[in-house]
Order: sequence, then C-alpha cells, then structure tokens
Amino acid sequence: MSIDIDTARRVAKLARIRVEEDALPALADEFNAVLGFIEQLSEVDVDGVEPMTSVTPQRLKRRKDGVTDGNMQEKILSNAPDAREGFFAVPKVVE
Amino acid sequence: MSDLNKLTLSAARDGLRAKEFTSVELTESCLSAIEGAGVLNAFVHNTPEIAREQAKAADAKLAAGDAPAMCGLPIGIKDLFATKGVPTQAASAILEGFKPEYESTITSKLFDAGSVMLGKLNMDEFAMGSSNETSTYGNAINPWRRGNEDSELTPGGSSGGSAAAVAADLCLAATGTDTGGSIRQPAAFTGIVGIKPTYGRCSRWGVVAFASSLDQAGPMTKSVRDAAIMLETMCGHDMKDSTSADLPVPNFEALLTGDIKGKKIGIPKEYRIDGIPDEISKLWDDGAAMLKDAGAEIVDISLPHTKYALPTYYVIAPAEASSNLARYDGVRYGHRATLAEGEGINEMYEKTRAEGFGHEVQRRVMVGTYVLSAGYYDAYYNKARKVRTLIKKDFEDAFAAGVDAILTPATPSPAFGLGEVSDSDPIQMYLNDVFTVTVNLAGLPGISVPAGLSATGLPLGLQLIGKPWEEGDLLNIAHSLESSAGFVSKPEKWW
Repeated sequence: MSIDIDTARRVAKLARIRVEEDALPALADEFNAVLGFIEQLSEVDVDGVEPMTSVTPQRLKRRKDGVTDGNMQEKILSNAPDAREGFFAVPKVVE
Repeated sequence: MSDLNKLTLSAARDGLRAKEFTSVELTESCLSAIEGAGVLNAFVHNTPEIAREQAKAADAKLAAGDAPAMCGLPIGIKDLFATKGVPTQAASAILEGFKPEYESTITSKLFDAGSVMLGKLNMDEFAMGSSNETSTYGNAINPWRRGNEDSELTPGGSSGGSAAAVAADLCLAATGTDTGGSIRQPAAFTGIVGIKPTYGRCSRWGVVAFASSLDQAGPMTKSVRDAAIMLETMCGHDMKDSTSADLPVPNFEALLTGDIKGKKIGIPKEYRIDGIPDEISKLWDDGAAMLKDAGAEIVDISLPHTKYALPTYYVIAPAEASSNLARYDGVRYGHRATLAEGEGINEMYEKTRAEGFGHEVQRRVMVGTYVLSAGYYDAYYNKARKVRTLIKKDFEDAFAAGVDAILTPATPSPAFGLGEVSDSDPIQMYLNDVFTVTVNLAGLPGISVPAGLSATGLPLGLQLIGKPWEEGDLLNIAHSLESSAGFVSKPEKWW
C-alpha cells in the first residue's frame, strides 16, 4: 500500500489540518514509512480472534440517568477564544 | 538542615512527623533548587504561591497530629494533568493560555492527601514522543551526562520533565503518564523508579487524553518505597471515569516485605532482540541472577507476538488520538487562528490545527485518520485490535503457567543525545518503546527500576511486568531487585 500525494491531501482534509501543497510529498513519504512499519501485521493469523474492545474484563459501572452537574455556563465559556452573550462564537456557518 | 530537596518521600514523611523540619522548609528547599535549575527546563509553570500555601496548611495538620499520607511532601505535576487555575497545556501550543476550571481526580487525591504542588512539568506534546523533543516549551534536559562530555541528553519521554525534575532533586516525586512507555522509559533514562499501574487503577478524569485505551497515570519517584506510597494515593475508583476499577486499593507500602522466595520470574526470549547493546543484555542477566539469589525461580517463557506490539500500537494509539484530539478546533478553548477575509469555519479548523499542533502530533493525527477512514478500518484498525487480543493472551498464558512477574530491560539503550534521533525517521524513535509498549496493550502493571550504569556512566533500568491488579506483589519484587542492585548513583551537578 503506497500513499500518493492525492491521498495525503485527502487525509489532511479529513483530519482538518491545513497542509500546504509543497509539503504534501514529504508528508506522503512519512505516511509510507509509518504504514510500511504497520504492514508487518499482515503476517499475523487472526482467524477467529475477536478484536479487543476492553483491556480489562470489567462491566462498566452504571448509574441512574439523571442530571448530576450543571449551571456553570461562565466556567465553561471562560477559556473560549471568542464567547459572546453566553455562547461560543464562531465564523458564520450557514450563508 | 540543608539539602532537604534530596530526600525521598518516605524519609521526608518520617522527618516531618518527627518534627525534624517543616513542610515550609522542605518546600523552600525545592523552590530554590527549581530556581537554580532553569537550564534543565523541567518545570514549565511554577506555582510557588500555591506550594507555600499548601505547605503551611500541611504544617498545621502535622502539628495537629492529623497528617494524611503525603502530608507536606512537595511534588511536580506533569503538564497533562488539569490543575484548577494553573496553566495546563499538554506541552502544546494549541492549549496556550488554557486554565482549567476543574482539578483532575489524581491531583485532587494528591492534594487531599496533603501533597504540595511546586509546578507543572515539561513533556512531549500530548505525550507523543520518547525524548521530550516535541514539547512547545522546548527540550527538557537530562541532568545526567556521558562521562565528562557536556553534550545535552534527553531525559526520555513523554514524561521527560518529570524524570529530569526527580533525578535532579527539584522535587521529591512527580506524576507521570504512560501510554506506550512514557513513565518507564524516562525513569530508566534518569535513574529513577517509575510505575505504570494496571489499566483502570488510576482515574483518567482530568488527564488530557492521548489514547484512552492505553493511557494510565503513575508516580515517578526516587525509590520503590516512594512509588508504593504515592501510587496508593493516586489509585481508586472514580465515577467520572467509567474505566476506573472499583477495587480496594491495598496498602502497597505494607506489602514491601522483601520476601520473594518461591516467586516465579519469567524471562521472555522474544525480548532478546537483535542489535541490543551487550551492556543491556548483561544488566538483564544480572537482574535475573539477583532475583534468583533472593529466592525467586527464574523460568524461560515465550511471548510470541511481541514483535507485533509496536506496529499494533502505531495503529491503535494514532487512531484513538485522532479521535481524542478532534476537540481542539479553536472553538471552546486554546488557540484560534486569525482568519482572512472570507474564510469560514472549515478554514478556522484547518488553520487552527495546523498552527497549534506540532509536527509529530499532526503526523499521528493524520495516520490515525487514515487507519480509521472508509476502506482501511478493517485492514488496519480492526486487524490491530485483533493482534492486541493475541498480545494480551501471550501474557495470560504465561501467568496461567504460574509466572508471577516478568523481567525485561526497560529500554534498548541508555539516554541518547538531543537531536540524535532524526525527526524524519519516526520509526527509529518509536523503537524506544519496544520493551514497554506490550504492557500498555495488555493493560498490565509495569515498573522500571534503576539497576546499573552504562559504560558511558548513564543509568540503565530493568522492567518488571506484573499480573493485573497485583501492583503490590510487583512492587515487592521490584523492592527486592532495587535492594540487590543497590543503585545509588546520582548525576553530578553541573547546572
């Protein structure tokens, strides 16, 4: 499996990370190095093996589905790069 | 009394209770050590006001005879832990200026137990790295040097600042986190003790997430006894982390009997990898001989899927990271890029993340995005999860055959020079974790114990791997190894 420049561009787009056109070839090379390393996994026979979902076999704790926290709008907004009138502010999303 | 900063947790605890000195004196000693060690770049946000206040409160408790386990003991906190009102950046530019409105469960527990926070410690960005070179704060420097050379060495990573700070006696102990070896490798590189407990022992709530199925916090200390003391404080069930285990936490220190007679210690043949330096092989053999002399039985074991651990890790960890780090989008906290006229929300995301994430973080997020993308999910991600099952089964088989713990080297080399491992060859850097990463994939407890010096005069560590939830037994075996190895070297002060 070899990653070309188009794939590198597509992955960067999916990851929402801007990568300039001239940086794409080097990025594709790095992907190929990492994926080449990962490729060893194809040697392993995993027939009938379950993919791991939880490393410690424990039932997750449950609790009543109720509100246990809240009323901290100011705290939640305190670190926002742009907060206005009690909301996170972002550039216009819908025209 | 001078040099209080050089004490272990246990010696300082006993000294405080015997009224030989106060927590304020102990804390001042650490604060001046930190002031004089700026060149190590271990502490990146200092909190002397908080420290002095906590020390005073601790002294009051000590005077009242009402002192909890860590009362008055000054420690450093890895920058990955959310600390209320104190910068918490995960060593990333994308969290520049972030001051949490809440306290992580682990730091809450440490403070409730009376610990004094000296400040936040350097690390690799989002804990992604093995040399602390991906930090937005710049490199942390290892207090150890090769012989008389003055070239700067890495303290390891990702908990590099924690390791450097403890080794240089800037604090009595520090918190670390370990996703693929990030406590144990830096501990080995700096001649200190580091334990990653069983997955689920320590709450991950308030710890900036890297790879949630692998991340665990643990203490980095000057002795195994200190690791036992601090780990006990850090462990315990937390409703805020659904993967935290609701199991009783033993008094780990009380389990340090030093008696390991009849314990079966496995030596996995697959860890004897090509290219490992002779001095590391010898250290490993010596460690096995020490445990044998102490009454343990040494048995050869096989962990056949070992060689697939790193490639498995480099699918699972980036996949989880790409998902966890999606939250850094410039909306709720941290950095937001300045937009040009006409640019919209997608440009905001893309520019923010390009500016805020460093190179290695970007690379891992994108690799993770790729292995999770349509058409590759089965080939990479599901395949890796299946191999992970097999890696865990290797350990289960060994434990089922009666093995109590497994002895391996902690790292394939002593600390290397900063800049020696090229950024353009990620695989070479990843190989640092070859002995530690299996433990995260299997969710097991693992501890690194300093056991000797390299020919160049640098510390070398051995790793012991234990059964799930058996940190007590593991610490006791490590305690025996520590006593036999008798590692007492300290870096000569040059900073």
